[in-house]
Amino acid sequence: MKIKEIQDILEAKILCGAHLLDTDVTHACAADLMSDVLAYDHSSSVLLTGLCNPQVVRTAEMLDIRCLVFVRNKAPDEQTLELAKSKDIVVMTTYHMMFSSCGLLYQNGMRGGA
Amino acid sequence: MATHHILNYVVPGDDFTRAGEASSAVKNTLKQLGIDNAAIRKVSIAIYEGEINMVIHAGGGTITVDISDQEVAMILQDKGPGIADISKAMEEGFSTAPDEIRLLGFGAGMGLPNMRKFTDEFNLQSTLGIGTTVTMKVKF
Ligand SMILES: Nc1ncnc2c1ncn2[C@@H]1O[C@H](COP(=O)(O)OP(=O)(O)OP(=O)(O)O)[C@@H](O)[C@H]1O
Ligand SMILES: [Mg+2]
Repeated sequence: MKIKEIQDILEAKILCGAHLLDTDVTHACAADLMSDVLAYDHSSSVLLTGLCNPQVVRTAEMLDIRCLVFVRNKAPDEQTLELAKSKDIVVMTTYHMMFSSCGLLYQNGMRGGA
Repeated sequence: MATHHILNYVVPGDDFTRAGEASSAVKNTLKQLGIDNAAIRKVSIAIYEGEINMVIHAGGGTITVDISDQEVAMILQDKGPGIADISKAMEEGFSTAPDEIRLLGFGAGMGLPNMRKFTDEFNLQSTLGIGTTVTMKVKF
């Protein structure tokens, strides 16, 4: 699915990377602890999280994750966004909670990574 | 004679927001050198977990990376408190990280096991009151 579809499904607001919405992404993961992502999931290109700090972007960078979705209306600070911009990572925020966000994406064909 | 690229970094211990800068620089260099993506992924995970550990458990430290045409060798050294029980620290899920670290997204007790899992050679030396040195290699 295209990143644009994720935005539509989650009614999310794009915070950076609006020029990259055409990127294809296949798998997603959801976590608040970054070492869990680093340990178990190396095929996802989308990360949903309620954690909001620069290390989310760093983790995404290390794993070549293309798109970050902050749930519950969380929005990272300017510094974190700048970092994401410099790494060409799309950042969006949705009012949905974690469970609903994952459910909506799953319902629309997104699957978990491994 | 094989060419070696040697990279040295000082990891500041007082700024969590900057943790990962060294790992990011290493990843960029490996990409520029055209190293295989799977190897870059392994190095990135291992070195980033190590860099984070230095910042959250040891007040910072130094990282040296030696890239040759066969492998990436990493040495992460700190003068932190050291690790009392290394075999315990290596267990998945063991963490002494306080709640405030967990709120920052770390403290699952997965870092050291990950570093071992994603490297071809892993060695952890630690002395209480002196510090910790992690030596890792990823081969191509
Ligand atoms: N450089 C270090 N100096 C001192 N203690 C360390 C160091 N690295 C790890 N430790 C100790 O070993 C434990 C396990 O480390 P590990 O990286 O596996 O987990 P964590 O850092 O607690 O959590 P996670 O890596 O999942 O975010 C730590 O909680 C800490 O007690
Ligand atoms: Mg750790």
